[in-house]
Amino acid sequence: MSSEVATATTQGHTHRDDAGTKLGMWLFLFTELILFGGLFIIYAVYRFSHGAEFELAANELDRLVGTVNTIILLTSSLTVAMSITAIQEGKKNLTLLLVGMTVVLAFAFLLNKYFEWDHKIVAGIYPGSPDLINKPQGVILYFGLYYVMTGLHALHVIIGMVVLVVMMFFVKNGTIHKGSFVRLEAGALYWHLVDIIWIFLFPLFYLLH
Amino acid sequence: MDQHEHSQEHGEGTHIVSYARYIMIWIGLVMLTGTTVALSGMDLGRWIILTALTIASIKTTLVLSIFMHLKFEDKMYRYFVLIAGSTFLIFISLTFFDYAFR
Repeated sequence: MSSEVATATTQGHTHRDDAGTKLGMWLFLFTELILFGGLFIIYAVYRFSHGAEFELAANELDRLVGTVNTIILLTSSLTVAMSITAIQEGKKNLTLLLVGMTVVLAFAFLLNKYFEWDHKIVAGIYPGSPDLINKPQGVILYFGLYYVMTGLHALHVIIGMVVLVVMMFFVKNGTIHKGSFVRLEAGALYWHLVDIIWIFLFPLFYLLH
Repeated sequence: MDQHEHSQEHGEGTHIVSYARYIMIWIGLVMLTGTTVALSGMDLGRWIILTALTIASIKTTLVLSIFMHLKFEDKMYRYFVLIAGSTFLIFISLTFFDYAFR
């Protein structure tokens, strides 16, 4: 059986290693864990040493905006997960619709984030601002981490959007189809990671009391 | 040589998860989000961070196992994620061993 498969692969088709592709994607996701993990450790240490000031600073954030953005990202994870089922069933248009919805939700998340940052910056809270410099050390650290961590996350959202749009082109031109969809799976894995990082950012920045 | 001959290339990835199952998980995730927001309004003192992180971990487990298909993949992926996650936990605990007892 296995030799039959081997000959079939070498004869009629270009070589493909879906398991390897997926494993490679997972290994990349682990490097992302190290990237964000370092920042989470810095957050943990400063929250430990400046707990009260972190809570004071967190009051400046709008809990509702954070909650809405959490729901948006969770829903985008749902649509991209469902797109895998759609492509497995060979439903091309449904796949395009679901991945398209994911991209739209990602854009909504960024729009929300933009207004949130804009609101803060207009209020004079941004790294190095005269208003912020005079605040307690813990508040300065909190907003420094807030901008770096949500900013790096937003960058991942943008990259994820680009990846998913490329996947839509692949679905449209038939590169991704019922018999070969590992690219879409890899793109979806990346998107779920972006969701997981937000699952931790949300309570750590928005839900301190 | 038809498509079925190549099923081995897809490995375990050919498992199809129903739309309904995904939607159930999504409902669970939204409810857990509601719970964590509601709990943050209460005065839990030092427990607030622990409950928030526990709920976040449950949400992450749901996303990993169903949305990211870990439940249906080869066991190897699960071990890899476990090793990566444990390594991170060790980093955090070692940092605090150093920092908390200084």
